[in-house]
Amino acid sequence: MTHLSVLCKPRRLPAIRAPLAWPGLPVGVALAFVASVAWAQAGAAVRPGPIEAILRWGPLIFGGFLFNVLTSVLSMTVGTALGAPLGLLLIAPGRLPRGISWAVTQFFRNAPWLVLLFYVMFLLPFELHVGGVTIPLPDWAKAVLGLSLPVAANVAEIVRGALQSIPEPQWSAAAGLAFGRLQTIRLIILPQAIRRMLPPWMNLYAILTMATTLISIVGIQDGLTITRAAISSDARPEMMLPLYLFLLLLFFVYCYPIARATLALERRLLVRG
Amino acid sequence: MRDVEKSFGAVPVLRGVSLTVHRGETVCIIGPSGSGKSTLLRCINGLVPITAGSITVAGREVNDPKLDPLALRRDVGIVFQQYNLFPHRTALQNIMMAPVHVLGQDRASVETRARALLAKVRLTDKADGFPGELSGGQQQRVAIARALAMNPKVMLFDEVTAALDPETKKEVLVTIQELAGEGMTCILVTHEMGFARRVADQVFFTDGGVLVEEGPPEQVLDAPREARTRDFLDKIL
Repeated sequence: MTHLSVLCKPRRLPAIRAPLAWPGLPVGVALAFVASVAWAQAGAAVRPGPIEAILRWGPLIFGGFLFNVLTSVLSMTVGTALGAPLGLLLIAPGRLPRGISWAVTQFFRNAPWLVLLFYVMFLLPFELHVGGVTIPLPDWAKAVLGLSLPVAANVAEIVRGALQSIPEPQWSAAAGLAFGRLQTIRLIILPQAIRRMLPPWMNLYAILTMATTLISIVGIQDGLTITRAAISSDARPEMMLPLYLFLLLLFFVYCYPIARATLALERRLLVRG
Repeated sequence: MRDVEKSFGAVPVLRGVSLTVHRGETVCIIGPSGSGKSTLLRCINGLVPITAGSITVAGREVNDPKLDPLALRRDVGIVFQQYNLFPHRTALQNIMMAPVHVLGQDRASVETRARALLAKVRLTDKADGFPGELSGGQQQRVAIARALAMNPKVMLFDEVTAALDPETKKEVLVTIQELAGEGMTCILVTHEMGFARRVADQVFFTDGGVLVEEGPPEQVLDAPREARTRDFLDKIL
């Protein structure tokens, strides 16, 4: 009986907080890393081991990873710049702008990111001629644009959802004070909605950052391309695990704090209402 | 207001309401829930477009398609049951926003007026408080000051005390009474019969989307001619 009562004692850890708050997660990833290094080391008594490989290739891979980060920042900027007005159009009073923006949003939200990326890479020319001016369109710029399309559609949905989550009486109160529609959105609805947009927006950014490795498939030198090149140039397939894990860790170290911050923000919103 | 009709879809809410409110008068619209009182009120500033009939406010035809609804609403202030203050702005900012951004008035002079209005509703010390930090009665008084900051010709009050407890109710009613005393045209939808009796020049009783009875409060409230008015008053008193 005593055993049972011990077993039935309520756990104190709140269930929702557990997965992210658990300090074991980063520790576990680090252990897996060490283990894979050890595994690769075991098979390489004479030739240079995985530590050497990481020391040798690490800076290059890190450089490639920084390019992923740059791509994510640029795509997020372009995607937000396109998506925010799109989201405003989703709640426009006119049926036509609402319909068009809805179709655009749904199309880009429900298409595979990689396919969109392919489309933009191969449909856009390598340079644009606008009134006698030639604008070069390098591959990285096309890749940024390709990734920013699904981002824009997702941002539009975030904006629409947050705007619509502001209770209707706020609109009535603004209308009663003779605010126009755009003024109402700019001065009253948007400032309240932005707080609610931030967590899903940060979440989208973390997803985008991880998705930037897709650009290696269309031939851009990012962290993943360089990692693959490093593995094949050494002709050491057993280096795959530590080197890929090194890349994974870079992404993890970058994205995990974003996930934590998102969660913290969400909790603060819950408290403040 | 003549023969005003309003339907939400196929549901008629107002079925031919005609009434006149003179400048400087205070009138109360009473009646059971769902009788169309609030809708009637919101028709006056065009928040709810009417289906048929006509409403004239200070020389403006409300359902004229050429009418600028924003111009109309500059002249007609409205206060809601749930206060509807802007939660991200302080009390003072709530009052200043519309005059500054809608009327384009000079910020400094608006602030002077806003502080005077806060003093008028006895909330001088709450200027920098956010709505979430104020009590219901305080929020409602800020809402009244906010509507007054536009210098409206008419004030609409939509059950403004229905969400308040008896003590805070009184603060708000006193504020409205002072306003009425200064000659502001006030139209109230209310369940406060005592207030209606003291302050109103006219009382309108609506039921089922029609105006059943109208007249001075001593007649409508104390000696109603219509059976439906009597029924209603018997139930609530």
